Amino acid sequence: MSAYTAGLLAEIGIGGIAALGVYVILATGQLSLGNAAFMAIGAYAAGWLTVTHDVGLTAAVLAGALLSGIVGVLVGFPALRLRGIYLAMATLGFGEMTRSFFLFFEPLGGAAGFSGMRQLQVSTIWIWLGIVLGVLVLLARSRLWLTLRAVNDDEVAANLIGLHATALKVGAFGMGAAISGISGALFAHWHLFIEPGNFGFERSTELVMAVILGGSTVAAGPVLGAGLLVLLPETLRFVADWRLAAFGALLILVLLVRRQGLLDRNLLRALTFRRRGAEARPEAAEVS
Amino acid sequence: MSGPLLELRGATKRFGGITALNEVSLTVPRGGIVGVIGPNGAGKTTLFNLITGAYDLTSGEILFEGRSVAGLRPHRIARLGLARTFQNIRLFPSMTVREHLLVGQRGGGLRLADLLPSGGAARVGRAELAMRRFGLEAHRDRLAATLPYGLQRKVEMARAWTAAPKLLLLDEPVAGMNHDEAQDLAVLLRALRGEGLSILLIEHDMPFVMGLCDHLHVLDFGVPIAEGAPEAVRANPVVLDAYLGAPA
Repeated sequence: MSAYTAGLLAEIGIGGIAALGVYVILATGQLSLGNAAFMAIGAYAAGWLTVTHDVGLTAAVLAGALLSGIVGVLVGFPALRLRGIYLAMATLGFGEMTRSFFLFFEPLGGAAGFSGMRQLQVSTIWIWLGIVLGVLVLLARSRLWLTLRAVNDDEVAANLIGLHATALKVGAFGMGAAISGISGALFAHWHLFIEPGNFGFERSTELVMAVILGGSTVAAGPVLGAGLLVLLPETLRFVADWRLAAFGALLILVLLVRRQGLLDRNLLRALTFRRRGAEARPEAAEVS
Repeated sequence: MSGPLLELRGATKRFGGITALNEVSLTVPRGGIVGVIGPNGAGKTTLFNLITGAYDLTSGEILFEGRSVAGLRPHRIARLGLARTFQNIRLFPSMTVREHLLVGQRGGGLRLADLLPSGGAARVGRAELAMRRFGLEAHRDRLAATLPYGLQRKVEMARAWTAAPKLLLLDEPVAGMNHDEAQDLAVLLRALRGEGLSILLIEHDMPFVMGLCDHLHVLDFGVPIAEGAPEAVRANPVVLDAYLGAPA
């Protein structure tokens, strides 16, 4: 595998995992424009552990995810008083706050960045992607996921059937933060050098874009979106200087034609032949 | 246990200077079906919103199984065993009929079974039972919000029933249903009552209310004006004047 291909695959894997973090939060109807900050927390925490404490990579990734998840829950609480664009603005503020924290936090390199990690294999990134995606695909069939969708659909009705909507939203926020933290930890051990600029607002919007483009209702969507976000600008090189503009136009086109994103439940079902004709034959599926 | 399931004592709700509900007292005995009637704007839905915790009481008391529910958050009240339906149906737009019946079951916090597909065998079984009872089997994998109005009401009621409530609050359950459907529903509600479920309902459909309820309360502009057995209420001149206008 050429270094070029490996680089693209690594970017897709890292972006895919981080986008899944946004996807989980979005499942409860909350838009996070600050998930790059959770990547940063995972990246710095895991990097610090492997470099200065000689912790193994897996343990460091998990620790980074845990810390990120805890911060996510803490941020989630005050942010829950806010809805819609106000919540989005608050997460944006949190993202910028985190970025500037690492910019001035000298023990972790500050503006000079942090390095000394040992590089991991691309396959490691994809194994993590497989694990996270697998867990979310299984989770999508659980009642827990139904309760998250209920909160997204109608929070008042969700409360009145006995669901603790606030707890579910905070929980989803924490889980999404932890997943993005995994992505950040892998990012740190792929690029070997991290600096606050890696985790700015642009990264956060990219993650949201991956989810919207790929599809926000199935877990495979954000991964597809992350893949397209990496590959499309590359394959559009033939339009040379206009490739980013062409990419933007494509994005708008997708949103106009297919608002739910490229992948949704129906398309996924058709592609996998799973539960085909479930509408006509109710005995299909997992009922029996 | 003795004592009524639900008891309201002088329940009052004011919005600014407007009294939406004034000194309403009523009880729902265990296994009882109690109806609340009154013209539009009489405060019927406000009453439901108070009981389910959507609004806070201005004064008075609401006791569920002898315990005050004032100040409890809606999901807490729901978990005590109280389920409701809405006048303007509130289904989850992204969910199929079957999914509604899975998500509606009482959880009381996260359980391990919630991580299993569909929430585990017991939940799947209860959802199946609900579909049979409410006649929704043919529509199981349809998005509930795309069904005809009468069926949507049934999905809402089935969702409430899957939570295994002690008290079911029904906000205009037969609105949008034809006569036969309403009769079928009355049969079903009586059967549920036979199993120990208590019901408090708001309704405009007089024949339906008269045939189903043990006890009626009449509200007019937020003020209770009459109560009693259906026949007595129907004959009450105050009620005739305020609401029925003519003999029902």
